[in-house]
Amino acid sequence: MTPSLPLKPVFGALALILALAAPWLLSAYDLNLLARFLALALTAMGLVLLWGEGGVLSLGQGVFFGLGGYAIAMHLKLADLGATELPDFMVWSGVTALPWWWAIFRSPVVAVLAILLVAPAIAALFAWLIFRRRIGGVYFALITQALALAFATLLISQQGKTGGFNGLTDYRTLFGFNLNLPSTSTGLYFITLLLVVAAFFGLRWLLASRFGKLLRASRDGANRLRFLGYDPAPYKVIAFTVAALLTSISGALFTLHAGVISPALVGVVPSIEMVIWVAIGGRDSVAGALAGALLVNFAKDKVSTALPELWLYALGGLFIIAVTVLPKGLAGLFGPDHPFRPSRAGDMFARWRKDKAEQAAMKQASPDKEDAA
Amino acid sequence: MDTAFLTGQLFNGFSVASLYILAALGLALSFGLMRVINMAHGEILMLGSYIAYLTMLVVPGPAGILVAMVMAFLGAGLFGAVLETGLVSKLTARPLDTLLATWGVSLIMQQGARDLFGATGVSVQAPAWLDGGITLGSLDLPMTRLFILLVAILVLLGMAAILRFTRIGLLVRAVNQDRPTAAAMGVNVRLVDCFVFSLGAGVAGLGGVVLALLGPVTPNVGQSYIVTAFLVVILGGLGSILGTTYAALMIGLFMALSQIVVDVSFAQVLTLVFVIIFLQFRPQGVIAVKSRALDGE
Repeated sequence: MTPSLPLKPVFGALALILALAAPWLLSAYDLNLLARFLALALTAMGLVLLWGEGGVLSLGQGVFFGLGGYAIAMHLKLADLGATELPDFMVWSGVTALPWWWAIFRSPVVAVLAILLVAPAIAALFAWLIFRRRIGGVYFALITQALALAFATLLISQQGKTGGFNGLTDYRTLFGFNLNLPSTSTGLYFITLLLVVAAFFGLRWLLASRFGKLLRASRDGANRLRFLGYDPAPYKVIAFTVAALLTSISGALFTLHAGVISPALVGVVPSIEMVIWVAIGGRDSVAGALAGALLVNFAKDKVSTALPELWLYALGGLFIIAVTVLPKGLAGLFGPDHPFRPSRAGDMFARWRKDKAEQAAMKQASPDKEDAA
Repeated sequence: MDTAFLTGQLFNGFSVASLYILAALGLALSFGLMRVINMAHGEILMLGSYIAYLTMLVVPGPAGILVAMVMAFLGAGLFGAVLETGLVSKLTARPLDTLLATWGVSLIMQQGARDLFGATGVSVQAPAWLDGGITLGSLDLPMTRLFILLVAILVLLGMAAILRFTRIGLLVRAVNQDRPTAAAMGVNVRLVDCFVFSLGAGVAGLGGVVLALLGPVTPNVGQSYIVTAFLVVILGGLGSILGTTYAALMIGLFMALSQIVVDVSFAQVLTLVFVIIFLQFRPQGVIAVKSRALDGE
């Protein structure tokens, strides 16, 4: 049982050092790709909490991704304009006055608050309505898929207010920084990296906590949990809300790096693609999901630029292989241990207390043997 | 409001509902039996449409559409049997994983259709006897829409008859009610699963043929109907023909009637809201199958 070397932390530290050095190692183009995919990794990590640990499969994460992305995009579209000017696409669609819910996004504070609050609030309401009636499993997956479809269709149909099929693009400044400068992109890269690292440790902490334990219990035996006097619904609602928050931030960061947000990034197909990153990486491993998001997206970038027709076959094949051959994903290949065994954080304290008690007992029994032990 | 317009929308609602019935019936039956949803079901519709297109190339003339229906039913049914044996039956213990695996199948089928037939789509010429329509007062009912309604009704009756009067129907009902007991009594539950899945795929193939009469056949033709068909399954309750029919009618009529006041995209949002609100009152769907089993979620 005693591992000779703590390999995983060493690899993790190496990966972090490489990530910190990336701006000096990669070309501007590759750095931008890495930044985009790190942003997407936040979505993947949210899905670990929701799907891997909570057993709730959402095929509608694109909705929350889009809410975050559109919130920052609306601010970016307004940031360069004078008080009476309208965004370019509104002029083309013949809209004459800015709707109030656009106008408030002129303020950067509103934009940031919207990223942090709108998606989680909608997620909480939606999840509460569904889970309180004990609807779960396949039903939930299909309802969230319908949500993604409705969201994308609505965006496309409201051409004059959302930019329609083309979405929102062509941004210049963010909070006064010129988005075209390399220094701004590097700064945004570091912000993304910081958020990914924070989310990584935050999620590990959350999953090792009592909340994580009860979430897993609600996945594995909801009825047993009820017999023990717990209501599983709030745990699932919180998991869904936290995942929505991560996904919303992920969408906002992705929009900044990619310079565009459009219905093609938030609909049914992209939503389910988000799930495959996690399925490939490992649904019950935060690190696996992070790696999966990066790997699948780099593969997508390489394959779809070289052989565009091939990518959908490859993606389809990945779905099938991921669930039949690799149900635990790539993370399952590295050691059978469960990444959130009840040994960390919360239980560390219990172990420490037990050790102390044992030491005290030993001391009492034979005080002179203390040094030898 | 204009009554002719209102009755026109009502008729549209029934016609859309009959499409949903054809698309959702197979899904609902295998969902009741195996608790899995086949995400490639929309692509089985597409398969039916393309089989219709190919058959009509070989057999032109007034009977072509009828031959196409037979071919589509058999072809889609065969494909369903292969899909069930090769993939779905291996994953029944993990319903969510089945969703993902069959979604992979659907992606491959869509891209395959795109490579074989092109992305723009092909069109199927409806035979002359489906041209025109019947005029009732100020109301004009196109023949194709009436034909779809007729197909849906016949399929429903046929399906009910199979379940009610045949030996295999008896076995299906037995497995649906209590799988372990049926298995203990010597019922080959694996074969029953495969039969139902394949029959459902065949019905979807028929749905594909009637879809081909309504518009161009594209690689995405199934996608446009299937998400709503999933909602029909949820609303209908577990594996009940009657429930699926009610749910398809409710959603079809709701969509058609809400389009009187809002546009198509808002109608889609409202339909989803309607489903969620409905589930607040009847989480088990229109027809709840009573069971003492304490199912996990």
